[in-house]
Amino acid sequence: MAINKEKNTYTVIFAALMVVVVGSVLAYLASALRERIRENERFEKQQNILYAMGVNQNDGPGAVSFIPTDRVEVEFGNYIKEQLVIEGDQITRDDEAYLIDMKKQLDVLKNGGTPKLPVFIGEKDGKKYHIVPMYGKGLWDAIWGFIALDDKMVVQGVYFDHKGETPGLGANIKARYFMDDFTGETIMDGTEYAGISVAKGNNDPVNENKEDNEVDALAGATITGNGVSAMIKKTVTLYKGYLETLRNKG
Amino acid sequence: MALLSKKDSNLILDPLADNNPITIQVLGICSALAITAELNASIVMALSVIFVLGLGNVVISLMRNIIPSKIRIIVQLVVVATLVIIVDQVLKAFAYELSKTLAVFVGLIITNCIIMGRFEAFALGNGPWRSFLDGIGNAAGYGLILIIVGFFRELLGSGTLLGFPVLGDPIAKTGLYAIGYENNGFMLLSPMALIVVGIIIWVQRTRNPALVEEN
Repeated sequence: MAINKEKNTYTVIFAALMVVVVGSVLAYLASALRERIRENERFEKQQNILYAMGVNQNDGPGAVSFIPTDRVEVEFGNYIKEQLVIEGDQITRDDEAYLIDMKKQLDVLKNGGTPKLPVFIGEKDGKKYHIVPMYGKGLWDAIWGFIALDDKMVVQGVYFDHKGETPGLGANIKARYFMDDFTGETIMDGTEYAGISVAKGNNDPVNENKEDNEVDALAGATITGNGVSAMIKKTVTLYKGYLETLRNKG
Repeated sequence: MALLSKKDSNLILDPLADNNPITIQVLGICSALAITAELNASIVMALSVIFVLGLGNVVISLMRNIIPSKIRIIVQLVVVATLVIIVDQVLKAFAYELSKTLAVFVGLIITNCIIMGRFEAFALGNGPWRSFLDGIGNAAGYGLILIIVGFFRELLGSGTLLGFPVLGDPIAKTGLYAIGYENNGFMLLSPMALIVVGIIIWVQRTRNPALVEEN
């Protein structure tokens, strides 16, 4: 071949062309699929929120099973009675509150601003649920979830998810046996908003003690577990004002 | 007439045993330690690597005559990263549930040294069909070890396989647990994966002394 592949010009041209080709392919793909992906993410959020308040298709012990995507929009409207946004002392209704990105709001808080904190009020079989989103850090990357509380600050259900925790270890925070342990635990320690800790040595593997603010940890996933504890603690502190009014009312 | 010539079928069969990327070449150890606490994760990772390495080897092989040697490693990285991102995006749009399961593996696939190793050692010097076979073979050899390690770690560490309890219930004390058996929590930690891989290497070399290096 006539082209000298060892020359710098060839290398630079090759690299430039490669970047253009790969860049356009990925850009095209991203914009072509954006709408579908957004929609999937929206459904997922609705599924997660409903899951936390116990609206799911879990069948006996075993796998996590959501309301199917083709029904979730309708069910979300049926079960979630109100969506509120807390901004400082102001509480407003906003039917798109579930689309608020907690990560961005926590950044606002860190920069000294007033974050917009969403709360979802669900109702099932005449019982009221207050569902708040959580966002934190695991071992490798972000973790997030939703926690559903009643008026007495007892956990009615949780949902956790993660971006990149280790499969088989930290990734198990989204397993049924881990999430189910939180149900029935209280986030209060007396009048303190203590949250719930993921504890290694709590001597309560079956989780019979619901007053100890602790659930049993996952073996081999200490840092992810600590991340979950910190995330819950941060969330209850953040929502303290709102929860306090609830508690005094109820 | 066999489907593959002997030379070609060796490309697939060799990496499964006597030239296994993990136990003989000691590549891909990092992910073998990280994700083998459960059989399920091992299988998902094995399938993903088979897919990416098979396809990636073909792409690199097709480009082998135009890749400038000075930046070939970067080109290889770009190819594998692009492939993985395309797959990830398409799954996100059309099979969202599956993409959630695979999301955590994406980073582990891109940085898997077996993939870069096969691009560099094989695909750059061979045609697409042979590169494809080599990719499938090496990824399968890698996956085989992952699945063996995952099997033992999940069985001995959690007493389950693919999430199903096979030894009884450790809390209600049924099955094996009734006679005092306990799960070995140590199996869930990464060092035990290394020990299981070590035992596989030991067994393999005892059965085939030709694999033992002279000192």
